[in-house]
Amino acid sequence: MENTKIEVKDLNLYYGDHKALKNINIDIKEKAITAFIGPSGCGKSSFLKTLNRMNDLVDVARVEGLVNINGKDIYDEKTDVTLLRKEVGMVFQQPNPFPMSIYDNVAYGPRIHGIKDKKRLDKIVENSLKGAAIYDEVKDRLKKSALSLSGGQQQRICIARALAVEPDIILMDEPTSALDPISTSKIEDLMEELKKKYTVVIVTHNMQQAARISDYTAFFLNGEIVEYGKTNDIFSYPKDKRTEDYITGRFG
Amino acid sequence: MKTKAIIEKIAHIIFLISAVVAIFAVGAITIFMFIKGTPAFKSIGFLDLLFKSEWAPTATNPTYGIAYIILSSIVATFSAIIISIPIGLLTAVYIAEMANNKLGEIVRTAVELLAAIPSVIYGLLGIMILNPLMYKLERLIFINNPNHQFTGGSNLLSAIIVLALMILPTIVSVSVSSLNAVSDKLRSASLALGASKIQSIFSVVIPAAKSGILTGAVLGIGRALGEAMAINMVAGGVVNFPLPFNSIRTLTTQLVSEIAYSSGLHRQVLFTVGLILYLFIMFVNFCLLKVRKKEED
Repeated sequence: MENTKIEVKDLNLYYGDHKALKNINIDIKEKAITAFIGPSGCGKSSFLKTLNRMNDLVDVARVEGLVNINGKDIYDEKTDVTLLRKEVGMVFQQPNPFPMSIYDNVAYGPRIHGIKDKKRLDKIVENSLKGAAIYDEVKDRLKKSALSLSGGQQQRICIARALAVEPDIILMDEPTSALDPISTSKIEDLMEELKKKYTVVIVTHNMQQAARISDYTAFFLNGEIVEYGKTNDIFSYPKDKRTEDYITGRFG
Repeated sequence: MKTKAIIEKIAHIIFLISAVVAIFAVGAITIFMFIKGTPAFKSIGFLDLLFKSEWAPTATNPTYGIAYIILSSIVATFSAIIISIPIGLLTAVYIAEMANNKLGEIVRTAVELLAAIPSVIYGLLGIMILNPLMYKLERLIFINNPNHQFTGGSNLLSAIIVLALMILPTIVSVSVSSLNAVSDKLRSASLALGASKIQSIFSVVIPAAKSGILTGAVLGIGRALGEAMAINMVAGGVVNFPLPFNSIRTLTTQLVSEIAYSSGLHRQVLFTVGLILYLFIMFVNFCLLKVRKKEED
């Protein structure tokens, strides 16, 4: 069995008085794809955001419990959030490239972390674009605005941008829900590649997507994890009635 | 049914007339300024008028060089804008990005009030506070300098400071709206890469808002160029090369102070001064349109 990369113990998340996540316990494995599935509002995206502390941006959000990444409690007061987010990259639902050139988008992360050397940046940009399987499509127009690309290309630029800061873990919040089927399949292929080097956690609405690409699946409902295990097991022999109802499409 | 259609028709015409008034006014002013402002070029000569610096309209041999006047307007405006942009932008960043508390609301209200204060009040404050301060400085710097003409503190610097303060609210409020218009998705993207909040603001949010901020700056330039009252009160009133401790005349104050007693060629030249100011303002607004157009693309 692979090593545990992220260990979550008794996690509760509150938005003001509302308890959005209840007693989450999960071990996320290294160099594998873990999918979070569940109906809208079940807390899967909220949970994803607790893993790189993007929930800190929500004033009323409050977290209880333990999240260990590489054995370190990320909610410890000594944690440097900027370093955490460098380790734990994120790709969002909507492609959100900066209104800058393709090159500057990808070089943005390394630059803010202090890399100024032009040659080194060139190399990082090239490798990251290759890593996101978009290099060949954009190598001749790195100085063009990233906004001139199609949605699917923009999303891969965003993945390249996340790779450029050399994260360990990549969180993807419904990364293909705004994309067409061809772009979606490109990004799914890409994830297969990514898991060789990175731990990938993906939130998806799309059960087929989870079944196709993930190694592990967690089914969320009403802020709880109903069932978690190997994707094959979850989809072939769901233990919980609610999981079965969800994957057979009876609700959600 | 028919009366309804007639009422619709009449309403339509009324709206149209109201709209046409604006076009007519701009057209009429433009024509008027050109008719009144161009004869002096013929009487004095284009180059002599624009590029000679001596202004002595009431001398036995009157001279009408307005180079220093044009230059003073430009120097005062651009110095003010250079002071105002960084202060205004930082204030806007504070209001839009950092303050979600009481203090932010107070700052915002203060800036809005700053915009509402009539320029004559700025002039009064300038006379009461700035000019005495400038006079002290002037004495300190020029005490043994026989060539300096003492101004009692009414100088270019005072004008610049007052102008900078007056255009600050324009820059702040336009910048705040353009910062607010920057999508949160970009902020999240930056933060998720491990950027700090300040890094995100300066590397992503401000660049994304730059055309809006530029719009604020251009509006500020327009306001500074057109300001007459406050400058007239604090900048003295001597046609001079625009050095910091010289009294100056700008295009606006030149008009304000002399139009009432001028006649003949003197009056013609003052209209030319007005025309130049008008052309400057038109140019600034033309730039503004360009900026906005670019923003839409």
